[in-house]
Amino acid sequence: MTYPLPDLLPALPEILVLTLACVILVIEAFFKDAKAAYVLTLLTLLGAAGVTAFTGGEMSVHTFNGMFVDDAMGDVLKLMTYLAAITAVVYSRGYLAERGIFKGEYFALVLFAVLGMMVMISASHLLTLYLGLELLSLSLYAMVALHRESQAAVEAAMKYFVLGALASGLLLYGMSMLYGLTGTLDLAQISAALREGVSSPVVLAFGLVFVVAGLGFKLGNAPFHMWVPDVYHGAPTAVTLFIGTAPKLAAFAFAMRLLVDGLEPAHGDWQQMLAVMAVLSMAIGNLAAIMQTNIKRMLAYSTISHMGFLLLGILAGTFAGYSAAMFYAIAYVLMSLGGFGMVVYLSRAGYEAENLDDYKGLNSRSPWLAAVMGILMFSMAGIPPFVGFYAKLTILQSLVGAGLVWLAVLAVLFSLIGAFYYLRVIKLMYFDAPHSTGAVAAEAGDARMLLSLNGLAVLLLGLAPQPLMALCANAMQLSLQ
Amino acid sequence: MDMQSLYLTVPLAPLAGALVAGLFGRSIGRTGAHLVTILGVLVSFLASILIFQDVLAGNTFNGALYTWITSGDVSLEIGFLIDRLTTVMMLVVTFVSLCVHVYTIGYMSDDDGYQRFFSYISLFTFSMLMLVMSNNFLQLFFGWEAVGLVSYLLIGFWYTRESAIYANLKAFLVNRVGDFGFLLGIGLVLAYFGSLDYAQVFQKAPTLAHESISILDGHAWSLLTVICILLFIGAMGKSAQFPLHVWLPDSMEGPTPISALIHAATMVTAGIFMVARMSPLFELSDTALSFVMIIGAITALFMGFLGMIQNDIKRVVAYSTLSQLGYMTVALGASAYSVAIFHLMTHAFFKALLFLAAGSVIIGMHHDQDIRNMGGLRKYMPITWITLLIGSLALIGTPGLSGFFSKDSIILATYASDLYGSGFAAFAVTAGVFVTAFYSFRMYFLVFHGKERFHNAHAGHDQEGGKDDDQHGHHGGGHGTPHESPWVVWLPLVLLAIPSVYAGWAYIEPMLFGDYFGGAIFVNHEAHKAMSDLAHHFHGAGAMTLHALMTLPFWLAVAGVATAYYLYMVRRDLPEKIRRQAGVLYTILDQKYGFDRFNDWFFAGGARWLGGRLWRWGDVTAIDGVMVNGSARVVGQFARLARGLQSGYIYHYAFAMIIGVALLVTVFVG
Repeated sequence: MTYPLPDLLPALPEILVLTLACVILVIEAFFKDAKAAYVLTLLTLLGAAGVTAFTGGEMSVHTFNGMFVDDAMGDVLKLMTYLAAITAVVYSRGYLAERGIFKGEYFALVLFAVLGMMVMISASHLLTLYLGLELLSLSLYAMVALHRESQAAVEAAMKYFVLGALASGLLLYGMSMLYGLTGTLDLAQISAALREGVSSPVVLAFGLVFVVAGLGFKLGNAPFHMWVPDVYHGAPTAVTLFIGTAPKLAAFAFAMRLLVDGLEPAHGDWQQMLAVMAVLSMAIGNLAAIMQTNIKRMLAYSTISHMGFLLLGILAGTFAGYSAAMFYAIAYVLMSLGGFGMVVYLSRAGYEAENLDDYKGLNSRSPWLAAVMGILMFSMAGIPPFVGFYAKLTILQSLVGAGLVWLAVLAVLFSLIGAFYYLRVIKLMYFDAPHSTGAVAAEAGDARMLLSLNGLAVLLLGLAPQPLMALCANAMQLSLQ
Repeated sequence: MDMQSLYLTVPLAPLAGALVAGLFGRSIGRTGAHLVTILGVLVSFLASILIFQDVLAGNTFNGALYTWITSGDVSLEIGFLIDRLTTVMMLVVTFVSLCVHVYTIGYMSDDDGYQRFFSYISLFTFSMLMLVMSNNFLQLFFGWEAVGLVSYLLIGFWYTRESAIYANLKAFLVNRVGDFGFLLGIGLVLAYFGSLDYAQVFQKAPTLAHESISILDGHAWSLLTVICILLFIGAMGKSAQFPLHVWLPDSMEGPTPISALIHAATMVTAGIFMVARMSPLFELSDTALSFVMIIGAITALFMGFLGMIQNDIKRVVAYSTLSQLGYMTVALGASAYSVAIFHLMTHAFFKALLFLAAGSVIIGMHHDQDIRNMGGLRKYMPITWITLLIGSLALIGTPGLSGFFSKDSIILATYASDLYGSGFAAFAVTAGVFVTAFYSFRMYFLVFHGKERFHNAHAGHDQEGGKDDDQHGHHGGGHGTPHESPWVVWLPLVLLAIPSVYAGWAYIEPMLFGDYFGGAIFVNHEAHKAMSDLAHHFHGAGAMTLHALMTLPFWLAVAGVATAYYLYMVRRDLPEKIRRQAGVLYTILDQKYGFDRFNDWFFAGGARWLGGRLWRWGDVTAIDGVMVNGSARVVGQFARLARGLQSGYIYHYAFAMIIGVALLVTVFVG
């Protein structure tokens, strides 16, 4: 029996990241040089970006017996993932160092998580999809628990792990039903089999429910959202920053691969399930966020509502909807990087800037940071001319285009409620007196600069959203054929 | 210069004057302000004469100069319709405006708001010209509102006076009522005709003559009747017809020149002009015509009664104006549109004359307006005396003078009409002749004849300081000795006296029977035969004058004058006795039929009551309480609930997930 060597070129970025993650493990084990690991991580991600850009093409290339695909959508999402990871790592450096967790382990875990995301993004088979998901999740569980002395972090890790295991179980159960129904794990073949008609619609519906539940857990959609606030709150803020950003791109890819590549013929069924989840997410996310006094929890609930909004684009089931959702995911990651990045940046040793009260009078202490935060909050609330507005607008357009006006109306209503807590942050920063008048901890010039760029990007993409929109639409077009 | 630029010159010259005087009044000074505005109006007047000659030569114009908005099939334009009806109005407006501008130099000479005043009256002239020259409903409405605005500003010209503020607010509010109807009428026109252009609307009107709409469920109304009545409600507000007349007497709070220009000669006749312009619509609805005629008749008679007991010289003239507007409205109702316009024109001359003469008297009396304090002014103010006498004679319809021809034609038209209500109208306008003659000569005798009462009236004068016409100090001369006014004041009187005398004689034949108006006014002679009847009995101005000596109106007028003479010259004690004897009747007249009191109580009080309730129930309870705070409270409760779900126990979370899956399975599997 011979095993022909598969075409490795499409998977070159994954191979690179895997190799260098192992190198970092070795460095950590023998040299304990965190600084080197930090630099190497950044170089790895930049290198992976270069390779991805270099190997990427307009054609979709399958390899590993059709389990892995390298296509335009995947390339764009991977590049955004690297960008998010790089940004998160740079933001986190000072925070980690001050809390004694600036270690090689962290960077190894970051790279393994990124690898998991890349596999998810490029999966064209249920097994690869699951493999990537588990690699990502296990890395994240460990990252949450990284700060071992913190009870909250350990508790959060525990919850995340147990609930994640439950979700994985649900997902696997659903996948097994799909396999039983179609006799294949290959997404394209599942799609083909479903198109020919299935023997038992009940089994299909069962399978769909479980698969969608698993998906809902990863995205953080209600009613599978319960882990989000506790994990975001309990984890070290730097880890929250990482969990809250790049993995959302992977989760979006996961949804696209599973629902669109694999289960497109059952669109009518999963559309309604997603609609229920989307409305619940927007309702619970926006309403609960109002009551929060902790900005990490507030942003966690905000994430839930944003993910509900993202689902709206996918469930529209049209090309416009898919590319709107992709644009939304990227825009969300940008805003979220800035939001959590600001929390990380403002937190010093022995002090977490995680209560809303800590933002009172920020304008008088640091007008520039307040302005950046203001841009981010306006954008998250969906106020023009920031990118968040166009993200919401394109989703709403696609909904109306698909004839789902009632969902669009609900989405607008909940966004309106949501605007309250974003604007409250602005009110606190600009109109309330600060608790302490001291200057903001302002070291780490690279983080500060990147944060400013982050805020400006949100503004610039809002002023000129067209290139990014075109990029999303183009990639989606090439991938979906 | 081509005709279109000439047309544009007419409204734009006064506008330019208004802008210069208004914006740069401080730098150009008093003389500059009156020179520039008078120049503007003079240019406008001369251009109007040129246009008049051009139109007489047969050149009419109807076209858009500028398209404002095009939406679907409807385009909103600024355009002019220059025909014979328009040119009459243009001449009247610019001529009276010119006289008033000149007069104002003398009348307002001591006022601080000199430049402002000139700016306003020029702005008014512009607005009025835009109104009459319009070729579409939108521009008509613009002019309509613009003259209303300037009227509001001018009534409240002395804005520190409580009574002036009250009066201009009243005028504003009452006109809102009329404008509401007017706007609804225009809206209906747009809805059913699909155009706001006069020509298109009039062309299409006959095809919609039998269209009906249902306003309340089950009651079908003729579309054109509804449109015409709504448009006429607008005219009732602007032309102060019963029951929307209440603002006009109070508008006398404004300076006298604007009482002459706006509240006698021009603006208040806009409603008359509008109905005449819309004659192709009104001709199609007998119901609307009857409505118009009855409203006019009520105004003509009952407002005249009120004039009989007024003691403020301007108020006497004001009620006289109301009454005369009623006459014009009656003529409209009788389909005698050209007669209405004819009376509008003659009335503009003699009523402006009366107002300006009254103003001259007020100047001579050092701003005392109470006619009981006057008497014997004849020898102190000879020019004012003569001109006011001419104006009064014209007003009461002395055969040969202008008012006679127009008013007698109206009376004859009502007799010839056979619409519902024409009998009442005929009675009202005939009886009105006596009333008119009585109050006109009551005022005349009290002011110019009899004992000189001003010598001992100054205590009273000072007490009634609030009624004085201005705030500035008395100028020149001893306190209490009347004097003739300066030439800028009496020159306009003389200028206006001339047409007051001859305009009727000269123009009755061409305007009423000579097909002067041609296509500008449309009359359905088959159905409404008043005009053809009139023409049938008309044998020239001279014959009409002679014939009048044998008719009832003439002798009623004579009786009116004689009664006034007897009561106020011979038996001076009688009026007081009659007043005491009359009791309730006098009270009713003194209270002006209780309209003001009713309006204050019902509308003003009611609106405030309603506003208070709405504020408490609607705003505080419903909007603030339920909608704003209530929705916030609901959101807050749900938010608390959503947070409560987040217990922190892992088995709760896992349970929620399982419940979620179970729910999805229940809903979607099966």
